[in-house]
Amino acid sequence: MNTSNNVASPNSPALTNGSGAAAILSAGIGSFALAVLAFAGDKSAHIKSSLVFYKPTGPLSGVTTAAILVWLFTWGILEWRWRKRTVGLGRINAVALVLLGLSLLLTCPPVVDLF
Amino acid sequence: MEITVRSLWTLIHGMGFGALYLLACSGALVELCRFTTSSAPSEFTPGQERFLKFYLITMVVLAWVAVLTGAYVIYPWYRAVPPPGTVDLSMFPQRLLMSSPTTIGWHSFGMEWKEYVAWFAPISITMVAFVFIRYGRDLKNHRQLRAAVLCFTLASFVAAGCAGFFGLMLNKYAPVKGGHTIQLSRGEEK
Repeated sequence: MNTSNNVASPNSPALTNGSGAAAILSAGIGSFALAVLAFAGDKSAHIKSSLVFYKPTGPLSGVTTAAILVWLFTWGILEWRWRKRTVGLGRINAVALVLLGLSLLLTCPPVVDLF
Repeated sequence: MEITVRSLWTLIHGMGFGALYLLACSGALVELCRFTTSSAPSEFTPGQERFLKFYLITMVVLAWVAVLTGAYVIYPWYRAVPPPGTVDLSMFPQRLLMSSPTTIGWHSFGMEWKEYVAWFAPISITMVAFVFIRYGRDLKNHRQLRAAVLCFTLASFVAAGCAGFFGLMLNKYAPVKGGHTIQLSRGEEK
C-alpha cells in the first residue's frame, strides 16, 4: 500500500486517513479470521477440539476469541504504523470489503459444504 | 402468567439486545447516510454530532452484549446433550431439531450460520463507531472513509438481520426452555 507522511495545507483534512484505514482493514481481517477458523473447525476434528476454550459453548468459544484477538492485534499494529500517515484508502477499502464478503460466504453452511 | 429463566434470557437476548440493535442499525444507516452524503455536512451542530457518537457507542454495547449473551448464556442450553435414552427432547433444542427431517435444516443451516455471522455485527459497528468518533465532522473531507463506514454499517445490519431471523425461527421450532419458573401474574378464572 502506498503511504506518505501527512503534509498539512489549508485545504487538506485535519486528520490523516491512516487511523481510519487501520480500523477498516483490521475489521475485514478480523471477520475473515473468524470465517477461516470456523471453516477450519468444520473441516478438521483436531482443530475443532483445539478451539474448545469453554466447554458449554464448544468450538464457537475458541473461534470467536481467537478471531477477536487477531482483529485487535492487527488493529493495534496498523494503528501504530499508519496513525500519522495518509494511505491509499481505495485499495484498502476494496480489500476490507472483499474480506468481509468472503467471511459472510465462508460461514454460510452450503458454501462450506462445497469444500 | 409465568416464564422460565431460560425463556427470559432468550427474550432479553433477542428482544432486548438483538431487536433493539436492528432498530438502532436502521436509524444509524439513515443518520450516517445523511451525515456523509449531505452537500453541507457542516450544517450538523456539535450537539447532533455528540448525539450520533453516543448513539453509535450504545450500538456497540448492544451488539457485543447480544453476541456474548447468545454465545455464553443461551447457546450452551441450546446445544445441551440429553442423557442416553431420553425420549422427550423438548429441553434439548438442538437435538429436537435434528430429530426430524422437517426441522433439521433450522439447525444445520440456521444455527450453523447464525452462530458465526452474528459476530460480524459487533466487529463492524465497533469500527464504524471508532472512525466516526475519531473523525467526526472531518469525515466530510474523507470521501472513501465515509463510503467504508456506510458499507460496514450495512454489513452489520445484514449480519444482525440474518442472526435475528434465524434466532426467531429457531426459537419458534425449538424454544430454549427450562430453569426456574418466574410467576409474572396470577390469572383469574372467568
